[in-house]
Amino acid sequence: MPKIILHAPNGALFTVDAQIGASVMETAVKHGVPGIVAECGGALSCATCHVYISDAFIGLTGRADDFEDEMLDDTAADRKPNSRLSCQIRMTAALDGLEAHIAPEQ
Amino acid sequence: MHGSRAASAGTLIVGAGQSGLQLAVSLREGGYTAPITLAGAEAGGPYQRPPLSKAFLAGTVDEDNLALRAAGFYTDHDIDIVPASRIVTVSPDRGDGGSALIDGGRVLRFERLALTTGSRPRRLTVPGADLFGVCYLRSVDDAGRLRRLLEAARDVVVIGGGFIGLEVAAAARRRGLQVTVVESSGRLLKRVVAPPISEFYRQAHEKRGVHFRMGCGVTAVHGDGNNRVTTVELSDGTQVAADIVIVGIGVEPRIELARQLGLDCARGIIVDDRAQTSIPSVVAAGDCTVQPHPQYPETLVGLESVQNAVDQAKVAAATILGLSRPPAVVPWFWSDQADLKLQIAGLSTGYDEFVVRGDPATESFSVLYYRQLRLIAVDAVNQPHDFMAVKRALALGVSIPAAVAGDTRSSLKSRMGASDQADERLTVGVRP
Repeated sequence: MPKIILHAPNGALFTVDAQIGASVMETAVKHGVPGIVAECGGALSCATCHVYISDAFIGLTGRADDFEDEMLDDTAADRKPNSRLSCQIRMTAALDGLEAHIAPEQ
Repeated sequence: MHGSRAASAGTLIVGAGQSGLQLAVSLREGGYTAPITLAGAEAGGPYQRPPLSKAFLAGTVDEDNLALRAAGFYTDHDIDIVPASRIVTVSPDRGDGGSALIDGGRVLRFERLALTTGSRPRRLTVPGADLFGVCYLRSVDDAGRLRRLLEAARDVVVIGGGFIGLEVAAAARRRGLQVTVVESSGRLLKRVVAPPISEFYRQAHEKRGVHFRMGCGVTAVHGDGNNRVTTVELSDGTQVAADIVIVGIGVEPRIELARQLGLDCARGIIVDDRAQTSIPSVVAAGDCTVQPHPQYPETLVGLESVQNAVDQAKVAAATILGLSRPPAVVPWFWSDQADLKLQIAGLSTGYDEFVVRGDPATESFSVLYYRQLRLIAVDAVNQPHDFMAVKRALALGVSIPAAVAGDTRSSLKSRMGASDQADERLTVGVRP
């Protein structure tokens, strides 16, 4: 199982196992990682699963599509070049070790 | 804090849906150390319902993706999940606490009781309503059955032009089936949106091949010799071929236990803004409740949404913990139909005026709702900026004047808090 390393807003570090095909958001929520709210459960409707992808992985996760891109314009925490909505990143073997910081506000 | 731990029977949460789960999670997050029992009638643990009428029907997500928490989460947080257990009676003790009887005979003791019993689909009551092929959609079992039936179907009749009906119609149409939506009123989504949104959705679905029979009731469902549905008979006497009938005519809050306890109920269990029922030691949250409207508290509203299920559960947990009420949040909702995403922020009920922003023909526009010149809600179709801007404005308590809201040359975000003086209004409508 690929692993995801998440830095919570309070500085705590979480390493969680992901199923291939599951989203980063889904994996984090199921394991009770704090800071990812994900009110809509992954429907790309609420922009409350905002994360900053680490530099090493930004090329591998792909880019936000147009709708996600618009949602990211209005997130509660500042948008950065490595901002993504974690519900839109599906885990693959290539993403093993994916590291991200959870946005301080959702 | 919660009395002697060994003595406390803790909190029994009746109903293991989104609201019940959130209540359990929020209690633990708030430092609750007594036992938490989460009892649900369904076989598995808490799961997401919204995708059932969307991605699950389309086949892009499965049961595993729907689970709200991993199994290990419950043991890690000492939350006792009691699945496949319908509670049939609740008996309060003299003083605090009481016991609940599960239909299998097991008894659960509690010190505090929380009702998150949800709702059930309203049943069709015409002759033939129990024929094979007549479906409802609420649980993952319902959705699994419907998904299997859709695979072998050709003609689908959807009764009810609400969110469930339209989402299912879109999913069936995407499979290439013949789909007819029967709506007894003159327009779609009538209870929740303004006429331009209703009209937009009718046209958008028609363009994608869905047929509509507006203003028609269903008088009977007919079947063949094997009791399988074959046709739906409408109030104008016409018949529509169907091998599946999907009934989406609203829900009814599950309030039997609340009534048994003597709690005040209207359409749902009446709670205050602390999620307290008429018996202060009993809290309730989610679809089973009605609560004071956040801005117009003299009116009771039932909010059937994930957002309310979650946020009201947080309030209920704070009440049990004796903490101050979490800040109010802006109600919001979404619906995915075909490639159209509707995002709603605020409550438009009681609007007296609306503004259409953008051209519905582009399938990307929004409608802003006003009550006595105050911005109260937005319906945004494929228009996330407008949704997010109005949600933010409502959270901050600032308006976006109706006079400027229709002008797409500037963003709504930039118009927040602007004064209402423009002499020209764009596409303003009044309540029908």
